[in-house]
Amino acid sequence: MSEQVMIEVENLTRKFGGFVAVDHVSFAVPKGRVFGFLGPNGAGKSTTIRMLTTLLRPTAGTARISGYDLVKEPDKVRRKIGLVSEKLIVYDRLTARENLRLFGRLNHLPDDIIRERTEHWLRALKMEPWADHLAGTFSTGMKQRVNIARALLNMPEVLFLDEPTLGLDPQTTRSIREFIQDLRSQGVTIVLTTHQMYEAEALCDTIGIIDRGRMVAVGTSSELKKMLNGDGTAVIDLEIPNLSDDMVTAIAEVPSVKHIGHETATRLRVQTVAGTAGGASGAGGADPGAPGDTIGQVLARLLSSGARLASVNMAEPTLEDVFVQLTGHEMRDEVQDKVPSGRGHSRQRVAQRVAR
Amino acid sequence: MRQTLKDAFEIAWKDLADFFRDRMRLISFIIMPIFMMVMTGYIFPSQNSLNGVSIAVVNGDGGGAAASRVAAGLEQIEIGGTKSFNLLSASSADEAKDLIRQGRISGAIVIPAGFTQGIMSGKQAQVTIITDQSNPQVSAMLGTMLEKVVDAFSTKVAEEKLRAVTAMAPVPLLGDPDAAVRPFVVRQEGIVAGEPNYFQFMAPGIMAMVVVMAVMMGLAGAIAREREIGTLDGILVAPINRLSIILGKTFSQSVRGFTQGALVLVLAVLLFHVRVYGSLLLVALLLVLGIFSFVGLGILISAFASEQETAMTILMTLNFPMMFLSGAFFPVQQMPEIMRWLSRLIPLSYTIQGLRKVMILGAGLGAITTEIAVLAGFGLVTLAIAVPAFSKAITR
Ligand SMILES: Nc1ncnc2c1ncn2[C@@H]1O[C@H](COP(=O)(O)OP(=O)(O)OP(=O)(O)O)[C@@H](O)[C@H]1O
Ligand SMILES: [Mg+2]
Repeated sequence: MSEQVMIEVENLTRKFGGFVAVDHVSFAVPKGRVFGFLGPNGAGKSTTIRMLTTLLRPTAGTARISGYDLVKEPDKVRRKIGLVSEKLIVYDRLTARENLRLFGRLNHLPDDIIRERTEHWLRALKMEPWADHLAGTFSTGMKQRVNIARALLNMPEVLFLDEPTLGLDPQTTRSIREFIQDLRSQGVTIVLTTHQMYEAEALCDTIGIIDRGRMVAVGTSSELKKMLNGDGTAVIDLEIPNLSDDMVTAIAEVPSVKHIGHETATRLRVQTVAGTAGGASGAGGADPGAPGDTIGQVLARLLSSGARLASVNMAEPTLEDVFVQLTGHEMRDEVQDKVPSGRGHSRQRVAQRVAR
Repeated sequence: MRQTLKDAFEIAWKDLADFFRDRMRLISFIIMPIFMMVMTGYIFPSQNSLNGVSIAVVNGDGGGAAASRVAAGLEQIEIGGTKSFNLLSASSADEAKDLIRQGRISGAIVIPAGFTQGIMSGKQAQVTIITDQSNPQVSAMLGTMLEKVVDAFSTKVAEEKLRAVTAMAPVPLLGDPDAAVRPFVVRQEGIVAGEPNYFQFMAPGIMAMVVVMAVMMGLAGAIAREREIGTLDGILVAPINRLSIILGKTFSQSVRGFTQGALVLVLAVLLFHVRVYGSLLLVALLLVLGIFSFVGLGILISAFASEQETAMTILMTLNFPMMFLSGAFFPVQQMPEIMRWLSRLIPLSYTIQGLRKVMILGAGLGAITTEIAVLAGFGLVTLAIAVPAFSKAITR
């Protein structure tokens, strides 16, 4: 194929003191495609974006963006890219229009072009009526629209979006997602980060799963899920009204149970592996066989520890399951740890034990 | 280069719009120098600032004529229409000391028994001044004042005696008895006309300090703040020269600092009757150079402080000693050797020195070439270090 490669990242690495925030990350994005970084908090998504937008110097490795070397020709790269970072780049005491004029001029665009594009993007983002209002009076969603318009002023070939829907309501989120799809169809190459699986699946042609600075998998969403199906992984959703820690411990003893996710107070998501892979702990017990056997064992143990099963479902693996499979821990670990009660702890213990 | 300047102008315009649209900041921007002026103008002791200070007179001499004359002399001392002393009487030196301890009076003068008689009989009489050591400033001034009164009184007594002697002599041996007692008097003459005024001395220092600090704080704070809220990334991701960021920020902060400086000057002239004897153009030149000399330092701080608070803490730490060492409040000449030496390392000292020469002494360009050279040199050297360091540090 003669697809033009717009972004080519090679072994990009960044250390903060002794801490490796981004560890030899490599990937390529063809023109007009959307590449998504999916990973939990602190995975290194923003650090990667900051390096790719010349805001941070890589410790090692480099990248070519629109054909220019990131490290050697940062100014040429800057002319080709747009950035929507985690923090809003909008001045509160300038109006929407003034904000755009300022950044248009800093991008060395002639005034008539700035005016034309300001109208164009504000209309496309439905911000026209507020063009002459101070940005400080806007809601987060409105500010984000101005922020996106700003990033698009220089008609970038490559657009970087760092969690573009962070903190937005569902409606605004949807309209921004649609807007991103529009941009894609206009041939803009996009790199976006998110820790929402749905967003990654809905928007991205290719997804890179990143954890603790390392890219653990790259592929389309269906390719990634096939990685699970291929090795006989099964995911079971269980609804247990009288769920207790003892039950969780009981299932954790089944050798082929890879991971137990505590979705809610009464809901478990159990991931199992086929074959002998799950028997690594060697604790003995029943011989693990096909997925069906594992499910039988899980159910048997639950029933014998007094669980009332409200529902049992074989679930389609999600990207979250892929993430769990690859990293041994959940993407939402940090968020869930904030849930009170000892559950979080036991879940973590189990996850750790299984990961070993 | 032209593009760099244009970009710098855009950044400066943005900063100024941002600033002048923030009403609270604008108000404090105007109030701060007013406060500064009024505080320093009214709190610091002007030359004879004793007024209404309570002192006790312990008159051990009872009805002695001489003693009453001393007390009356004290009561008459007044400055600008207000009496300097508020006289109380105490029965003994011990009672006066108690009153001082209680904080009811600031000092006492003790006239011993037989004071009048001592003078009359040609002996050397003695008075004792008791001072409050817990308040050295007032006590020193009080000491001087009381000594002066007693001195004037004893001179008068001496003159009277001398006059009596000469009147009896057959030939006028000694000419003017005044001249015999006080062979010469001192007459003060300044370079410019008018009374020396403490505020005249203060105004240049305050002005320089307000301007330089406003610019330094503004510069370091503004960049750190934009870094913190994230908007700096927007500027950095634009294809502009890093120098234009420095220039733009410096320009906008200088406009602010300069406005504040002008405000201080206007207030000084209107409220405290400060006169500018030299050229206003030179005053402006010195302020510009004063700002220039500190820009490098401000940029260095802002490049390395990742948060606004860090930048402010560093600045506060620097500003405090600078305030005193630069001679803004106290003349450098009164400081110990090592402090005077340190003072010479601070560019603010030269700004203030230059401003005093121009504003108080009416000096021309020729008299401040040293100051100009030092300020320009300081600015160039720090900038030569700061600009590359900033460009490097800003994309870590
Ligand atoms: N300037 C810095 N100095 C030191 N450590 C840093 C710096 N910037 C980021 N890190 C660390 O690098 C790691 C990756 O951070 P990064 O912001 O890239 O994560 P992220 O994937 O964007 O997370 P989030 O989803 O929370 O935005 C974190 O552990 C963070 O603490
Ligand atoms: Mg991030």
